[in-house]
Amino acid sequence: MPGEHIIQALDAEFAKLNELIAKMGGEVESQLDQAVKALMGPDPELAKAVIAADARIDRLEQNVDLAVVRMLALRQPVASDLRNVIAALKVASMLERMGDYAANVAKRSIAIASGERLEELKSLPSMAGMVQDNTRRVLDAYLNRDVEQAIAVWESDRDIDALYDTLYRETIGHMMRTPDAVGAGAHLLFIAKNIERIGDHATNIAEVVYYLVTGKMLVADRPKADKSSYAVVEPKT
Amino acid sequence: MTMTEDLGATMTETPLTRSYDKSRFEGRDAASRRLGDEPVAFELKDWSLYYGDAPALKKISMVIPERRVTAFIGPSGCGKSTLLRCLNRLNDLIDSVRTEGSMKLRGENIYDRSVDVADLRRRVGMVFQKPNPFPKSIYENVAYGLRIQGVKNTDGRIDEAVEKALRGAALWEEVKDRLDKSANELSGGQQQRLVIARAIAIEPEVLLLDEPASALDPISTARIEDLIFELKEKYTIAIVTHNMQQAARVSDYTAFMYLGELVEYDATETIFMAPEKKQTLDYVTGRFG
Repeated sequence: MPGEHIIQALDAEFAKLNELIAKMGGEVESQLDQAVKALMGPDPELAKAVIAADARIDRLEQNVDLAVVRMLALRQPVASDLRNVIAALKVASMLERMGDYAANVAKRSIAIASGERLEELKSLPSMAGMVQDNTRRVLDAYLNRDVEQAIAVWESDRDIDALYDTLYRETIGHMMRTPDAVGAGAHLLFIAKNIERIGDHATNIAEVVYYLVTGKMLVADRPKADKSSYAVVEPKT
Repeated sequence: MTMTEDLGATMTETPLTRSYDKSRFEGRDAASRRLGDEPVAFELKDWSLYYGDAPALKKISMVIPERRVTAFIGPSGCGKSTLLRCLNRLNDLIDSVRTEGSMKLRGENIYDRSVDVADLRRRVGMVFQKPNPFPKSIYENVAYGLRIQGVKNTDGRIDEAVEKALRGAALWEEVKDRLDKSANELSGGQQQRLVIARAIAIEPEVLLLDEPASALDPISTARIEDLIFELKEKYTIAIVTHNMQQAARVSDYTAFMYLGELVEYDATETIFMAPEKKQTLDYVTGRFG
């Protein structure tokens, strides 16, 4: 039995949907990359361009939504076809959110561009690099329907969490020692959190890939290494 | 501790998992029912049927659960109607037919010599694609089965049974004032419900429906589907349909057949959301060629 659809238009629509998701993913990767460059520069002009470009991702998400609703209404997909359209809908929504976080990094980079440069900033590019890497890998997993790759991304988020956790503690420590650094430190904490959240969404996409490929929900508890939510930091006496 | 030292400690390379432990990751699927949990009406073991030398059904083993709707889907010629007709021995009427294997209804071998076929067909009623009312009144169509069983209308026994069956087939309100009119005056959808009323008047255990709505318009089809949903409270229902959406809507279990074989049989949700076999997937998604 050939894999070609009786209604061949449907396969063309699936290809189009994949294309849209791939494009959105590419935009998100590039936005994060540019946002971190704008932060480290610092380069407020580049940051402004990143903020403006977020609208492109929003529009792509709307295109995915429209395509999915249309396919549900006209094609009544079932089984793997149904999982395909539902997955596209969910992944598009996650990518849109990832884009928002990248834009927020850019916004905050403008706020701290002219002030004191905190030492802790230096570890952000490597953390962002890991997040970018996971974003790229999970999109590959999505486009190739590769469940093993999705699981690898899902598990490696632990390393990003651990890095974030360290950055959080060090920044808090710095802020406590140097009250002048509190403003920039607060921004830095949010920036790091935004990047860490992008990584979380990459794992959410990994879970969607798992469902897309197997038809089963992924139930294992994700290994987490971010303990900052529970951290109580007290000044040294 | 400096930041760099910390980085060195945490940035371990996660190896790409090339195979993964399913038991750790995999949650439940969408199915709300399991065949194994159901009481059994029919049980087929290695059931084969030949027209002369040509096999039409090949070693089919399955159970049809009680008071559930089991749908048979598959492309034309896959054997789904042939299998349905085995369940009340309608294929006996074809001379060249030969069968192998066993087929039990509630534990009783229905192909045993001792089985009274007329009695079997009373227990296992059948409705066909094209409504086939008798050229008689609405009332007599429904009363027919009771009359040939010798039931007399003393104390309005037949009247009562006719009303009950027509209500059961969701037709009573539409015909109660014209029971003596010819059944041929009814619309196609009404005729099909009349035929269902005729089938349930004699209180069978099982209803076999062979494409019961394929000759009907969408509204009549919806009424038949509603009716099937209600009827499963009381009857075991097996339905053959080439309308996959219909199978998805009305059935609890779906059997996909191809070239006389039972390819996959599972909860309807599983068949339409995540079937196991590629052939099933190709068929339900329309990629069958």
